[in-house]
Amino acid sequence: MDTTQRTSAVTVPKSQRLSYRTRKTIGRVLYHIFVILIGFVMIYPLIWMVASSFKPPNEIFNNAKSLIPNEFVTYNYPNGWKGFAGYSFSNFFKNSFVISGIATLGSLISSPFIAFGFARLRFKGKKLWFSMMLLTMMLPFQIIMIPQYIIYHNLGWVGTILPLVIPNFFGGAFFIFLIIQFIDGIPRELDEAAKIDGCSWYGIYTRIILPLIVPAIVTCGIFSFMWKWDDFLASLLYLNAPRQYTVSIALKMFSDPNSGSDWGSMFAMATLSILPIMLIFIFCQKYLVEGISTEGLKG
Amino acid sequence: MKAGKTTGGPGGFGAFINREQVAGYVFILPFIIGLVCFTIIPIIISLCLSFTKYDILSAPVFTGLSNYVRMFTQDPTFWKSFRVTLFYAVVSVPLKLIMALFVAVLFYRGTRLTAFYRAVYYLPSIMGSSVAVAVLWKRLFAVDGVINSLLAFFGIDSQIGWLSRPDTAIWTLIVLSVWQFGSSMLVFLGGLKQIPVSLYEAATVDGCSRPKQFFSITLPMLTPVIFFNLIQQTINAFTAFTQSYIITNGKPLDSTLFYSVYMYRRSFEFSEMGYGAAMAWFMLFVVSVLTALIFKSSNSWVYRASE
Repeated sequence: MDTTQRTSAVTVPKSQRLSYRTRKTIGRVLYHIFVILIGFVMIYPLIWMVASSFKPPNEIFNNAKSLIPNEFVTYNYPNGWKGFAGYSFSNFFKNSFVISGIATLGSLISSPFIAFGFARLRFKGKKLWFSMMLLTMMLPFQIIMIPQYIIYHNLGWVGTILPLVIPNFFGGAFFIFLIIQFIDGIPRELDEAAKIDGCSWYGIYTRIILPLIVPAIVTCGIFSFMWKWDDFLASLLYLNAPRQYTVSIALKMFSDPNSGSDWGSMFAMATLSILPIMLIFIFCQKYLVEGISTEGLKG
Repeated sequence: MKAGKTTGGPGGFGAFINREQVAGYVFILPFIIGLVCFTIIPIIISLCLSFTKYDILSAPVFTGLSNYVRMFTQDPTFWKSFRVTLFYAVVSVPLKLIMALFVAVLFYRGTRLTAFYRAVYYLPSIMGSSVAVAVLWKRLFAVDGVINSLLAFFGIDSQIGWLSRPDTAIWTLIVLSVWQFGSSMLVFLGGLKQIPVSLYEAATVDGCSRPKQFFSITLPMLTPVIFFNLIQQTINAFTAFTQSYIITNGKPLDSTLFYSVYMYRRSFEFSEMGYGAAMAWFMLFVVSVLTALIFKSSNSWVYRASE
């Protein structure tokens, strides 16, 4: 490619070379305009939601499309924060943080441990278990939703957060898979050296591998937290008292017509509900992108 | 550097637990327990339940194939929800992937701004499944909502209640799905970076035009990634729940009643767990068939480096 450009630079007359350059600049400008336009359409709804949370409720209808509130108000936030059924949003946020936190902790304790077994040890039946893991990655939650509910019902777990957090302590297929990919990239010589020094498999895991896979664990932690935070169906099934509601469920209840539909407060709370995800997105983007790319490529 | 657990001496418990065969199972034990308790046992229970009538309060009653018979022959809503979901999957998945591929190619030749653009395009993907966005969508497509207001701004007087008309409501959900093409886009971008630059250089030397390069290099080299995305997105589309449940709740006239929402209704609102289990098995069957079809067809269109 380099050579063709150089020859053309030599042979093409000066006037045409300039026009080539201008054409290239125009092309580049058009490219950016195009990309920015689509980008604007993409985030318009999100900006609109944030903007609407600062509008007086009637303006959300009268001045529907605008992104800049005519009258800038902040009372939607305290109004919305009051929540409903005697529980404020501080309660719902606390619930969401507790559930997402414990579930994430569970995934992060178990998944690297399991991944190490799959990535480094040779044992009978490994292939079978590994393919089982790949299958569970594709298994829709709805298939086991009903029997799981019945099991939890019989254990007396319905109405507690246990069904939402306990399964995470047994590893998530997505996370195990991602960490296996990461461990595969670590030279085996490190393990061998440690083994010669008398290190057990458990020692190799805790002293050699674990410190090296921290970036993968961070990626898993981020995904685990985000998914739990957004989770709706499982929370809908297992949490039945307003006291226990997560932010997702609370927002849904808040938006139901019978609770008065105060759209201003509604959007204020919706904005706050995506704030943690937004912060993760801004500060941990690198990890998110890596997670998705590796998972996608090796799948 | 002696590790804690090998103190049992040669031949003792420490040595036993450190044998590769044993240690392997120690490491994956949590996974096996989880798999058995939270997946395999539930799947078996689900199969048994699908042959019973069960309302969780009284004991299940064996009714043979009656759930399946009722599902296939006496329940038009079941078929309606199946058709709606199939339509949703067949329309939204290809649109989403084409969009993702198109944008990924746009961002391939990175400028300094690309990282920023990429972030903006990816944003809807991580917000998309949240209740906040679902509630937002309700407002966007309302009669006095944002979309109509925007149309009015461009001189189109639209009084369409997008969510209340059977022919438009499903499209609002499809738009929501396509809007979240960001994560597929990232996967495609990762795939694009894996294509050796030498291929393009050779093609340019041979006088191959850009569009031709796309169809004879980029697209074939990307097929494994497209394949992966296709399977994942199809399963996602088939099991979508939150959007339909919150935005339209199946209305109007069940035109947006997703399969999972109907299954949820039957199982938990009408307490027909047996019927719900039968529906779950049919869903598993359909998802497996779709996946198998994609797998089977992959031989003819997915590029494999080893061949």
